[in-house]
Amino acid sequence: MTSVPPMPPQANDVVVEVKDLSTWFDTGKQVIKAVESLNLTLRRGRTHCIVGESGSGKSITARSILNIVPKPGRIMKGQVLLHGAGTGRDVIDLAALDPKGRQIRSVRGRDISMIFQEPMSSLSPVHTIGQQIMETIQLHRRIGKKEARERAIEVLAQVKIPRPERSIDAYPFEFSGGMRQRAMTAMALICEPKLVIADEPTTALDVTTQAEILDLMKGLQQRHGMALMFITHDMGVVAEIADDVTVMYMGEVVEHGPVNDIFFAPKHPYTQRLLASVRALERRSHRAGPAPKLSNDDAILEVSNVSMNFEARRRFFSRTPKEPPVKALDDVSFTLKRGEVLGIVGESGSGKTTLGRCVLRVLDPSSGRIVFKGRDAEPVDLAALPKSAVKPYWRKMRMIFQDPFSSLNPRMTVFQVIAEPLLNHGMTDRRALETEVAGLLERVGLPREAMWRYPHAFSGGQRQRIGIARTIALRPELIVADEATSALDVSLRAHMLDLLLGLCREFDMSFIFIGHDIGVIRYMCDRVAVMHRGRIVEIGDTDTVCDRPSHAYTRSLISAIPKPDPRLRGKTQRIRYASEVEG
Amino acid sequence: MLGFILRRLLWMFPSFFAVTVVAFVIIQLPPGDFVTSYAADLATSGSPADSATLDALRLRYGLDQPMVVQYFTWVGNALKGDLGMSFEYRSPVSDIIWDRLGMTTLVAFCTLAFVWLVAFPVGIFSAVRQYSIGDYVVTFLSFLGMATPSFLLALVVMYLSVEFLGYSVGGLFSPDFVNAPWSFARVIDLVQHLWIPVVVLGVAGIAALVRIMRANLLDELGKPYVETGRAKGLPETTLILRYPTRVALNPFISTVGWVLPVLVSGDVIVSSVLSLPTSGPILIQALKTQDMYLGGALIMFQCVLVLIGTLLSDILLAFVDPRIRYDN
Repeated sequence: MTSVPPMPPQANDVVVEVKDLSTWFDTGKQVIKAVESLNLTLRRGRTHCIVGESGSGKSITARSILNIVPKPGRIMKGQVLLHGAGTGRDVIDLAALDPKGRQIRSVRGRDISMIFQEPMSSLSPVHTIGQQIMETIQLHRRIGKKEARERAIEVLAQVKIPRPERSIDAYPFEFSGGMRQRAMTAMALICEPKLVIADEPTTALDVTTQAEILDLMKGLQQRHGMALMFITHDMGVVAEIADDVTVMYMGEVVEHGPVNDIFFAPKHPYTQRLLASVRALERRSHRAGPAPKLSNDDAILEVSNVSMNFEARRRFFSRTPKEPPVKALDDVSFTLKRGEVLGIVGESGSGKTTLGRCVLRVLDPSSGRIVFKGRDAEPVDLAALPKSAVKPYWRKMRMIFQDPFSSLNPRMTVFQVIAEPLLNHGMTDRRALETEVAGLLERVGLPREAMWRYPHAFSGGQRQRIGIARTIALRPELIVADEATSALDVSLRAHMLDLLLGLCREFDMSFIFIGHDIGVIRYMCDRVAVMHRGRIVEIGDTDTVCDRPSHAYTRSLISAIPKPDPRLRGKTQRIRYASEVEG
Repeated sequence: MLGFILRRLLWMFPSFFAVTVVAFVIIQLPPGDFVTSYAADLATSGSPADSATLDALRLRYGLDQPMVVQYFTWVGNALKGDLGMSFEYRSPVSDIIWDRLGMTTLVAFCTLAFVWLVAFPVGIFSAVRQYSIGDYVVTFLSFLGMATPSFLLALVVMYLSVEFLGYSVGGLFSPDFVNAPWSFARVIDLVQHLWIPVVVLGVAGIAALVRIMRANLLDELGKPYVETGRAKGLPETTLILRYPTRVALNPFISTVGWVLPVLVSGDVIVSSVLSLPTSGPILIQALKTQDMYLGGALIMFQCVLVLIGTLLSDILLAFVDPRIRYDN
């Protein structure tokens, strides 16, 4: 895989042809055209990436191919032609079949199989991995149970699950996310399908795990020669694996072509915008400017030797010795200067969220000091304060949450949402509140009339702006933002980060920005701390850490990030960090 | 798994101890004791007993001793199988209750089986065909079932069966068979009578269960693993029974524990209306007359049923759901 192979236009290579496909959702009140007049050709041995933002219709396209569109969706017109179904040479139109009929069922799982996004919830929690994998082959082939089991062990070995003869009897919850996605892949491959559809298969995984799964899929595809339709929103992943790319926007294809054409000669303005917003995150924000000169005595927060243990639950009649506590934070120290933006990066389970919560004293650290020095105030050790005494400090330290959907109360108007912290801290005059809220809304780029509506009337990006307005309402001095942009589409991220940076400089706030996405951290932060298993393994200037990492774990983390440039494919050396290898 | 069951069994001992304390406290709660209410009875019938006789009675039944001593005597004897004397019936408690408990258990299990056999398929149907005409009919009927008081239903069913089927209703046997020895004809007679309490007691349960099953299954039907199954090529019926239904059953299994005692105590009113020889009515009577050993034995029996039911549901749950089994 050194360069992208040229596209051989051989007609007999075509596995699935989608012609003029339209899938609509008729909700009774309105008809949503999720997919409109879509054409797509999937060829043997090639990886076809479908890219688009949420709501662009890429997942519905995948489900339309298998004819499993969820209610009230329906394929309104068009054809999904499967060439050479089963062993025959004939062509069937899958879209015309009865979605519950025998003929389409025999295609699902045998000729076309699918890998889903959430490896945990896409596997049944109460059946073993083996039961679920064997079921697929037993449905489609006359095969005994013993033989099915042998075959399942064989595919599990192919997807590099350690000790497949034992893992086959494990339950999904005993596997890590990456292992589950491997099992899912094994399930999709067991009948040796002609086409595998992968719907955002790595989105829910950490970058290092994602890199492994992508390697695995590339290898399997070369080995089996099937067609792979890969749905993603991540241009880095596209650059890493695609042969052909189709860009979707609002249910329609805006552009398609070989990967190099899409990346280097995009014709459609939407594709150009998409690539621009991805590349924007490749460097520092123009708003960030030079890192403010900071002297040592101007620290707003000094965290020293903080540890946090989660005690294992002890059983009453259990003879087993008490389990050692889980060390979520292990002797963490850092200093945050006034006006600084500090990034904390790490994979899931590295303790970055716990650290953010300990700093705000939402969680109680087991040991260590967290010294907060407010403007014109004496420094105070938050870790030593009783919970009730922390409350006044929550006026000065506030949080921005990850999920813009669940962090706003759906039964409160935007006015109530934003005014609540002001009310709680003694601002009661209705007129003054309204003026204040209007000002905040305008500052985050929303019209003042927005305050009389409920959160559900807004998109994800707008809701996150509402959340930010609530956070800055009290003019805090320190903000902890936990994955504040990861629920947003790429094209929105840069805007959101620019907004945050602008606010940060304007109100002279300090920022702790927690994230797993190095691109976002690099764009935004002055300094970055890398966390691994509850420890800070490296801390320093963002550019130094990103470009010349000194710790082995940081190197492996950075090497795992797919670069949005297909020319770099296979050229960057993947570094594995020893303790990360599974099994 | 074995360790889990063992641990679970060990837990039953402290629970049982706690339960007996509660049962004992409950029967001691009303002011006075059996002798007081006995004296009151005698007084209303016109021949008041003198205090010496009453004290003698107290002495004989050990009612003069401290509570703690009474409690330990009671529990100690109960463990040996001696549940004490019923003051009211003047005979050993065990003689009175075993007969009734047998019938109660029979009615309870038949009702439970009836409830489950009807509620599960109907609930699954109602969920899978959400917002269809069938679903609306089922929903309407189940709300009706939940809203109808069961004693009223009992009266209606009794009236209908006398009027149209010509049965002698009430009780579990026809008058000819009440005291007859067991025979094939007696079993037939029992079955002919049994369906009425089973239906009457079951209707409300079915109605509630259909709604719960529907809600549980609707939650599961939208889960991604169902889509995975569909993408594998599973037929719809197999898919629904094998995956979402299996997961949706968990909340049911965890309620088995309290379904049992509820059914056993039954609806006291229904039992009275249908004059069923079950334990509900005599428990009420025993509590009214402060017949402490009889009342205590019945309460203890129900508590033991809760314990057994919870044990059963925990073991079943661990069997069905691996996430619970592997929790330790």
